[in-house]
Amino acid sequence: MSENIESKPYISFLQAESKHKGIFKWILSTDHKRIGIMYLAGMLCFLLVGITFGFLMKLEMLTPGKTLFDAQTYNTFFTLHGIIMIFLFIIPGLPAVFGNFMLPLQIGARDVAFPRLNLLSWWLYVIGGIFAIVSLFLQGGPIDTGWTFYVPYSLRTGTNVSLPLFAAFILGFSSILTGINFVTTVHRLRAPGMTFFKMPLFVWAIYSTAWVQVIATPVVGITIILVIVERAFSLGIFDPSLGGDPLLFQHLFWIYSHPAVYIMILPAMGAVSEIIPTFAKRTIFGYKAIAYSSLAIAFIGYFVWAHHMFTTGISDVSRFIFSLLTFLVAIPSGVKVFNWVATLYKGSITPGVPLLFVMMFIFLFSIGGLTGLVLGSLATNVHVHDTYFVVAHFHYVMFGGTVMIFFAALHYWFPKMFGRMFNEKVAKWSVGLIFVGFNMLYFTMFILGYEGMPRRYWDYLPQFQTLQVISTVGSWILIAGILLMFGNLHRAMKKGTSASANPWGGKTLEWTIPSPPPVHNFDEIPVITHGPYYYGEEEEK
Amino acid sequence: MSDTVIKNHAENLQEEHVHRDDFGAKMGMWLFLFTEILLFGGLFLLYMAYRLEYSHEFHIAARELNVGIGTFNTIILLTSSLTMALSIAAMQRSRKGLSLFLLASTKILAIGFLVNKYFEWSAKFEHGLYPRSDVLLDKPRGEYLFYGMYYAMTGLHAIHVIAGMTILIFMFVFIWRNIITPTNYVKLENAGLYWHLVDLIWIFLFPLFYLIR
Repeated sequence: MSENIESKPYISFLQAESKHKGIFKWILSTDHKRIGIMYLAGMLCFLLVGITFGFLMKLEMLTPGKTLFDAQTYNTFFTLHGIIMIFLFIIPGLPAVFGNFMLPLQIGARDVAFPRLNLLSWWLYVIGGIFAIVSLFLQGGPIDTGWTFYVPYSLRTGTNVSLPLFAAFILGFSSILTGINFVTTVHRLRAPGMTFFKMPLFVWAIYSTAWVQVIATPVVGITIILVIVERAFSLGIFDPSLGGDPLLFQHLFWIYSHPAVYIMILPAMGAVSEIIPTFAKRTIFGYKAIAYSSLAIAFIGYFVWAHHMFTTGISDVSRFIFSLLTFLVAIPSGVKVFNWVATLYKGSITPGVPLLFVMMFIFLFSIGGLTGLVLGSLATNVHVHDTYFVVAHFHYVMFGGTVMIFFAALHYWFPKMFGRMFNEKVAKWSVGLIFVGFNMLYFTMFILGYEGMPRRYWDYLPQFQTLQVISTVGSWILIAGILLMFGNLHRAMKKGTSASANPWGGKTLEWTIPSPPPVHNFDEIPVITHGPYYYGEEEEK
Repeated sequence: MSDTVIKNHAENLQEEHVHRDDFGAKMGMWLFLFTEILLFGGLFLLYMAYRLEYSHEFHIAARELNVGIGTFNTIILLTSSLTMALSIAAMQRSRKGLSLFLLASTKILAIGFLVNKYFEWSAKFEHGLYPRSDVLLDKPRGEYLFYGMYYAMTGLHAIHVIAGMTILIFMFVFIWRNIITPTNYVKLENAGLYWHLVDLIWIFLFPLFYLIR
């Protein structure tokens, strides 16, 4: 059937002409596929900037005392690393790139519900990014508060705080609009016959994420605005010298920023649920459990924010409750991991590059998740709070979790997006390098943190040096792996062999149309009669 | 509702390339309004926390506010919501002129609200009741915070009034140019929803600042 489709001549979205010329064909396009790729381009630029900051920080930690630059520079570097990686890379991450590109394809739609709003979201993303970058070069110097902008320091510091905060507000607005767009799209534009429980699990994950974006982001929006206003007019709301309570800032900040963690991880989990059935040639195990666990994670995620504040002096009762609720998140997360592993069981597994990334994800994310329990329980939290242990934990979860799946999804959907295949052998080498480098870089941090190395410190005691050196060398290997991976993909975009409509043997709708997809996606809107991972014939054999 | 769906479906068949989904458009708008409520929700949460912490000072500080102007502004906004709703009703009944007139009235009322607000705030400034003023710094911290919250919340609300007015100007142009028509007025309805939200938030701000004293 796929041969028939491909033999038909068509204009792919990459080549399509519009009333605009040159670069405007892209930056004024409302095509969800082009917007997805534009997000990808923007995000990769920021990712490289973020990696550079991380690389320099690790280089500074090679020796105790000053290695390359002074403490103030280090402060701005970890702040910028955090802001760029979180607000400009991981939060938009999978939803903005693959959500935009794949959501309409996977539900059998021609575009998202509000294409122009979608373009506006991208523009807001770009403007927010520009503001963040511009703030680096203004008088006063780059922001040095850490990405959490805690008051009262963020009210007192002379560095540029207001502009990057405003940038974060704009990025939040972009995220809200994307969320509204996706929720409406899922409700209104599913192909005939595609009931909620016939949707691919990536769609479920994007749908849950979109709700978190809609519900959580406004709260951080107002919090950020209040800090800007506070700096300009001294309303006193967060300023202890004027009667305000800085702890309320932390509450409001984490009411958003904890659910934001699930904005980052849920779409990644959705992509895993796509990749595993494709490479195991089996129907996903426990479809409904995975779908519901996405919603459960999104829901419980709202009620755990104060676990970031265990050492701030909040009451024992609230600490106890928040600790308990934090443990509950492990249940739906565990449900997912077990279902993925069960899907692989007795499958006919092809170890393609996306699946290797997924395997790495399951390994790293399990470590990240289990150390999360260490941090979630009160007694151990007090011991390792604000140490490298926390840094290691969230890098295992965010980098080992979300970013690895970002890379996996990039390889998985690359043939669909660009119509070309990448070099598998080189890609596998990069997977190996990333795995080794990652664990050298971050696992040492668990030990360092456990031994008492505080996070965000520019200097350290001599006895930590061996581990710091291992960690720094790990960062070089990791970066080499990442660059090799991007080099390989870049080469594939230009010189790769052309991809068929369905190179991996996937069963969801995006694989039924040619690669790269035509402008209007589907010649005829498909009618859905069975679930998304229907390997019925193969399994009966 | 099912009627509109069928109608929309029929229209979709007629013009293949123009995708129109009024129900979806309204759904998106409601989601957006939801985020607006959450945006103010953060401020209401802060208000609650500080009201509990400094209940006595809030009580005293609230006496300085002018209930007369507050009440007048409440009436203005409620009336503007009425004219907004009537403007949509007029459009549904194909009375373009009346719809434009009612929309213009809504805008004039909104301007009235802002003018009142201007006089109210300048009176406060004359009495030295603004952040960082010597008068306020001498007062207990709870009273300082009351004004902090007052300016933050009514200020953000005023920004929303201005945003709403901007939207209404667009709607006026759209009706004028027949982009909004008696068969396709979902933009006007969504603008109306936004305007009612602006009104609704004021309905909560008014008692919290002016009446609890």
